[in-house]
Amino acid sequence: MRVHLDPGRCQGHGRCYDLAPDLFGEDDEGFGTVLGDGIVPPDQAQDARRAAANCPEHAIDLREGA
Amino acid sequence: MTVDDRFARDFRETEDDRLAGKRNEVVTGPVADWATDFSHTEPEWAADPYPIQDDLRGRCPIAHTERFGGAWLPTRYEDVAAIAYDTERFSSRAIVVSNYRPPLDLAPVGVVPPISSDPPFHHDARRLLLPAFTKKAIAAYEPDTRALCHALIDGLEGREVVDAAREYAQHIPMRVIAGMLGFPPEDGPKFAQFVENALESINLPPEERLQRMDRLFDYLLVQIRDHVDDPRDDLTTYLINAELYGRKLEPSHVAGAMALLLIAGIDTTWSAIGASLWHLAKTPGDRERLVAEPGLVPTAIEEFLRVYAPVTMARLVKEDMHWRGVDMKADDWVLLSFPAANRDPAQFDRAGEVVIDREVNRHAAFGLGIHRCVGSHLARMELRVALEVWLERIPVFALDDPDAVTWAPGQVRGPRALPIRVG
Repeated sequence: MRVHLDPGRCQGHGRCYDLAPDLFGEDDEGFGTVLGDGIVPPDQAQDARRAAANCPEHAIDLREGA
Repeated sequence: MTVDDRFARDFRETEDDRLAGKRNEVVTGPVADWATDFSHTEPEWAADPYPIQDDLRGRCPIAHTERFGGAWLPTRYEDVAAIAYDTERFSSRAIVVSNYRPPLDLAPVGVVPPISSDPPFHHDARRLLLPAFTKKAIAAYEPDTRALCHALIDGLEGREVVDAAREYAQHIPMRVIAGMLGFPPEDGPKFAQFVENALESINLPPEERLQRMDRLFDYLLVQIRDHVDDPRDDLTTYLINAELYGRKLEPSHVAGAMALLLIAGIDTTWSAIGASLWHLAKTPGDRERLVAEPGLVPTAIEEFLRVYAPVTMARLVKEDMHWRGVDMKADDWVLLSFPAANRDPAQFDRAGEVVIDREVNRHAAFGLGIHRCVGSHLARMELRVALEVWLERIPVFALDDPDAVTWAPGQVRGPRALPIRVG
């Protein structure tokens, strides 16, 4: 599974880097960024799902496969 | 180096120019039917707006009133979201409903940029502020905020009944934002007055509101001049030195952004802290659980933000249009009720219940779209620290007299008197 963040939708609420700090970071203006290649280690799948489910702007997708 | 003389003279326009907009007759008094005559300034709304919003969502999801010269109140999440995203048809030229509409040429900047700005100017004005309010930048204020919360609790030592709104919640955002702007910490009581004038006195005559607003800008001008003479590492000096389009900001932009940061940062968070403590004071099960599981506090505050969202914004309709079944006229107000959106059962399971461990919580307490609250990371930090310290120091508490709790009327709602019995 891989996380994907749509910068066109992100408004910097920061729910993703609050809930999944190993998968998402913030840029200098507070907008979310995907850390590294976005591939979700199995032990972080729950964090990834919570980040996607709590983004008020629906900016985060989880895509199956590497 | 040239001397910065932008603030040497008073930059404000004449009173006539500043009152050149449209005004309407002020209507107050009991509401006949909330679907056709709503008013968020009446005591019934301040005391408990949620049954009213739930009723409207069921029978008239875009309610109307002739008050305030014409205004709409959508209560469904999908409608509130659509308006927040539609900056083409809904302007932020004024964001507090009143009986006066500022002139059209105030757009796209507005009086307090960027909250009062429309695209494309909004984007650039907002970018000036964002770096100071990232989660990382805000984390630097957490130790002082925690120390402040402890000092406030120390001051309540030995008392059986305390006012958690006036003696605790209020002071936290006030002192933190004063520190960020570089204002004297003892000026807090003045800020409370500025906030009330801006947000709660909306039915006063425009001349009187302008005079009251002038007191805020008089104060800001004193602070700006002090910072021009004696620059410091704070937001005021940052805004004085900031550049947009290759030039320093207009003096009205500097003062307007400072007014926004001062006003928007205070009673909003004060309301969120107060409403959370009010809930815990009357819900022993939730209070005991958070005392036992402090790690749940960040999840719980998202639920408090959802269910007691303090802030309702407003927009002005740009042109006459048929919108989702209603006929909106140019310059009609739209109340953008994030509190109502947050309780829409079409968007949230168990929407009317407080579920402190709610896993999925896409609430709109900080708005949606380009005007997402620039201080949301600050507000979350203050709310979390305020609750953590309170629960650590005062784990057992209850409402002293539920009928003595009072709530602010208008677009920012939270407890203003909150007597709590300790122990």
